[in-house]
Amino acid sequence: MAFHLPPKPTPQHSTATAGGVAEPGHAKPHWLMRWLLTTNHKEIGSLYLIFSLTMFFIGGIFALVVRAELFQPGLQLVRPEFFNQMTTMHGLIMVFGAIMPAFVGLANWMVPLQIGAPDMALPRLNNFSFWLLPVAFGLLLSTLLMPGGGPNFGWTFYAPLSTTYAPPSTTFFILSLHIAGISSILGAINIIATILNLRAPGMRMMDMPLFVWTWLITAFLLIAVMPVLAGVITMMLMDINFGTSFFNAAGGGDPVLFQHLFWFFGHPEVYIMILPAFGIVSAIIPTFSRKRLFGYASMVYATAAIALLSFLVWAHHMFVVGLPLVAELFFMYTTMLIAVPTGVKIFNWVATMFRGSISFEPPMLFALAFVVQFTVGGFSGLMLAISPADFQYHDTYFVVAHFHYVLVPGALFAILAGAYYWLPKWTGHYPHLRLSQWHFWLSVIGVNLTFFPMHFSGLAGMPRRIPDYALQFADFNMAASLGAFLFGASQLLFVLVIIKCVRGGEKAPAKAWEGAEDLEWSVPSPAPLHTFETPPEFHPDRH
Amino acid sequence: MSNEQATNREGVRRTVTRTLVVLAGMFAFAFALVPLYDVFCEVTGLNGKTSNTAQMLVHEEVDTSRMVTVQFITRASAGLPWELDVQTRQVRVHPGQSNEVFFTFRNRGGEASRAKAVPSVSPSEASVHLRKLSCFCFQEQRLAGGERLEAPLVFQLTRDLPADIKTVTLVYTLYPVQPAQAAVLPRGPIEEGDSA
Amino acid sequence: MRTLLVWMAGGLASAALTPVALANGWNMPVGVTALSRDIYSLHMIIFWICVIIGVIVFGAMFYSLFRYRHSKGAKAATFHEHTSVEVIWTAIPLLILVGMAVPATATLKNMYDTSEADLDVMVTGQQWRWRYEYLGEDVAFTSNLGTPREQIDGTGEKGEHYLLEVDKPLVLPVGQKVRLLLTSDDVIHSWWVPDLAVKQDAIPGFVNENWVRIEEPGIYRGQCAELCGKDHAFMPVVVEAVEQERFDEWLAERQQAAEEEASSADREWSMDELMARGEQTYGAVCASCHQADGQGAGNFPALAGNEAMLEDIDWHIDRVVNGVSGTAMASFRNTLSAVEIAAVVTYERNAWGNDSGDSVQPSEIAEQLAEQGE
Repeated sequence: MAFHLPPKPTPQHSTATAGGVAEPGHAKPHWLMRWLLTTNHKEIGSLYLIFSLTMFFIGGIFALVVRAELFQPGLQLVRPEFFNQMTTMHGLIMVFGAIMPAFVGLANWMVPLQIGAPDMALPRLNNFSFWLLPVAFGLLLSTLLMPGGGPNFGWTFYAPLSTTYAPPSTTFFILSLHIAGISSILGAINIIATILNLRAPGMRMMDMPLFVWTWLITAFLLIAVMPVLAGVITMMLMDINFGTSFFNAAGGGDPVLFQHLFWFFGHPEVYIMILPAFGIVSAIIPTFSRKRLFGYASMVYATAAIALLSFLVWAHHMFVVGLPLVAELFFMYTTMLIAVPTGVKIFNWVATMFRGSISFEPPMLFALAFVVQFTVGGFSGLMLAISPADFQYHDTYFVVAHFHYVLVPGALFAILAGAYYWLPKWTGHYPHLRLSQWHFWLSVIGVNLTFFPMHFSGLAGMPRRIPDYALQFADFNMAASLGAFLFGASQLLFVLVIIKCVRGGEKAPAKAWEGAEDLEWSVPSPAPLHTFETPPEFHPDRH
Repeated sequence: MSNEQATNREGVRRTVTRTLVVLAGMFAFAFALVPLYDVFCEVTGLNGKTSNTAQMLVHEEVDTSRMVTVQFITRASAGLPWELDVQTRQVRVHPGQSNEVFFTFRNRGGEASRAKAVPSVSPSEASVHLRKLSCFCFQEQRLAGGERLEAPLVFQLTRDLPADIKTVTLVYTLYPVQPAQAAVLPRGPIEEGDSA
Repeated sequence: MRTLLVWMAGGLASAALTPVALANGWNMPVGVTALSRDIYSLHMIIFWICVIIGVIVFGAMFYSLFRYRHSKGAKAATFHEHTSVEVIWTAIPLLILVGMAVPATATLKNMYDTSEADLDVMVTGQQWRWRYEYLGEDVAFTSNLGTPREQIDGTGEKGEHYLLEVDKPLVLPVGQKVRLLLTSDDVIHSWWVPDLAVKQDAIPGFVNENWVRIEEPGIYRGQCAELCGKDHAFMPVVVEAVEQERFDEWLAERQQAAEEEASSADREWSMDELMARGEQTYGAVCASCHQADGQGAGNFPALAGNEAMLEDIDWHIDRVVNGVSGTAMASFRNTLSAVEIAAVVTYERNAWGNDSGDSVQPSEIAEQLAEQGE
């Protein structure tokens, strides 16, 4: 069977839409081959986004199993062994399968459009990077069905629980992480190559939209730390299968070494998950305040500062491991320090709104909720940075509250904001307003009902990763479980919004939002399959 | 292909090459961290790891102005029918003084097996000041079923031990050595009744 | 001086929020040690700093959202930078953080000072229980979850201290500096009592140090704080702090009990006695993995109808005494007495229809174990 790769872009093709219309002179590719082999950044972007949404629901279901068990004290629904698999898989799927691919999907769609490039620098590599993910996650999910069950040692998989005492499926877990890691690395290379080399003539680095800047910096973080993760999991693999003792005290190794290596990756990883969110919010707030972003330069520098500092804070995840005093102090200071550039960004967003002309379309609603709730998460992070106090917070629900605030009403809300913001560009229609608003308000209520009580149960003494708890934590857990189900159900509204939007709705012009200024708003809505085949004229009057 | 596209292609190639170099470097860095971590711990004494090899004792005057309590704790682990005992739970020593304490290994099982004693020192700041001339923990030990072995620990807490450290605890945990992993090491010191 | 500074700041903060401070069950406990109070103060100070910053930032934000609504005809200004303002709002947070770092550093230094302790206790984490050894006193025991299984699976009503009770608490003297040495026999665990503000990881092959000086007698409850496998939620920590004289009495009682247990190994035990004691030990120590009905679950082998076990009594005893390396089957040579080992082996060989008729006398086990390792 002969199959054709989609033809290289030439000017005559620019009228074709991103809807599968046959290109002049070529037979329309069979739908399966089209999606399997596409090298188009818009189609690949859509693939990433759909994949991420699917993973989000799977990871969400695992979370609901957890919350259902925690609804009341006692073991009612699942055994502790399975509960540990659910908490572990929830974390792994959400981090590596939902949040990261969603940001990559948004990058694929929007970075070329925002810099005036016809596509990513390495389109075929782009396709490969995507298709690695279903393989990786198919493998990861299949471990649940293997003898001994799937990974059950937390998404942070500390040794020796994850090596000597781990189920047989652990080798497959490691393999799936390797595959997902390669995908991220290749994607990051692509993004750096694209941003550094394919910008429209006249667009200097300090002219780029902030979403492009944050993704450039994120891509560097990925290049720096994904190999370290690859190293750690390879060492685990060797300890498990080849008798080495990297993390085994009996053979002269050290479980704490695992933690150092893991968190050297792990801390930059969480910034990888938030920097693109900062970029999205930095596009949306100026648009709906009808005012330029306040302090563009400091936003860039602050992002770079956060990225650099993120390499110096890793052991704040290890404050109770028995670090020497001098190390404990060092990491406390650097962790507190990272609050400064983060605070600067928040002040800049507020200053953008101040004396603007503000409207509250769905993208803006999500972006505003991001600012408030990410800040709440940032505050609990600052509290956690105080090392002596952390002895009381560490491994309790206070930490769970912190990172869920920065990841759910933080990163996830930014992704949702970006989706609402750019859906008119992708589909040519505005998302249904009423449904969007319902989605927003139910999500806000749900997310806060779920995670705010966790601050209290953590302070009151509830540890993490437990399927059953003492009676004084019961009320907080019941509230959290109710909130979780509300939040989970509300996301179905989002699916509905997307489906309706793809099929129809109020037509959107090229510049779908009055205050929108970046290059993507100069191409038609929906964006044609091929855009900017000749580079646009870029006038750096903004920024 | 236009000039501009050619420049872009060249630029892309360069960027990709550079990022691949960084990638390879970071992967190597991750593995390099393993020995680096050990070196760092040994040099700074952090982490309570003591040296794996014999160290010369420092010839220095004994500091008679203060005494330090050295506690010994011995532990066995699952799967190993051995016991490790120490002749005394604790000794009081002067910094600079060299000391000898005897430990007894017993294999209570029926078959010959191997074990290694892994040390850990608390507070970890003391470990860089603990010098061991002779320690059974340097090698694995092999005992026949029912066999017993006495082995010495000869050590010195150097004079530069910080004044605020008054108690040092040395914990030895016995771990089984699997035959597949056993390194080829010289046999331990004199054994009694060794028949295997 | 340090304490004074921390207290002054904390006192000001706490005074303002006495209602919250006393909101038991919503906030971190103040605790019963000087350190726990320092930590609580630090917690409240940073909390209030965050609240104040939040009020200012969100205030400015919501004001802007309200006052500059497009729907009310607001016209956007055009400013987009202001260097001096940006410098100020970078410098002020930096100064606040430096201010916070000073008392935090002082408290941390204090936490790390384990010198000149009055009593040393070795705490060993095991899957899934804690073992306590009073160094130099020859008192050692294992502390298992005391909550009955029926309360967990819902067939019984939950008691007040559900999941926070043990069969043998760690008894400590009030007013004495107790040095804690922590390690683990298998995976990483973490020993935590909120009221004492002590939390430290127990790492296999390594020993960590911490310390506590409890000021008030009472019972303080905590839990394991590092995921350690299936029963991570079921290995609580209970510390009973008593006056010095009571502690000395208790220590003497425990020493005597240990001697009696050891000497009771010398006599002949009847089958009924062995079975009764065995059932009790099995329930406290073995049932969590091998299940009360001996059926096992998942990785934990069934003992009911276990041919390998029933065929070879020496193999059976060896498993219990020495454990199995690299699995959750710990070595019980130090955890259980000779009586308990003999009883539990006897019980396992005769319960659930195993009916082997075998029994093991404590004296046989004692011979095998000979001298205690301590």
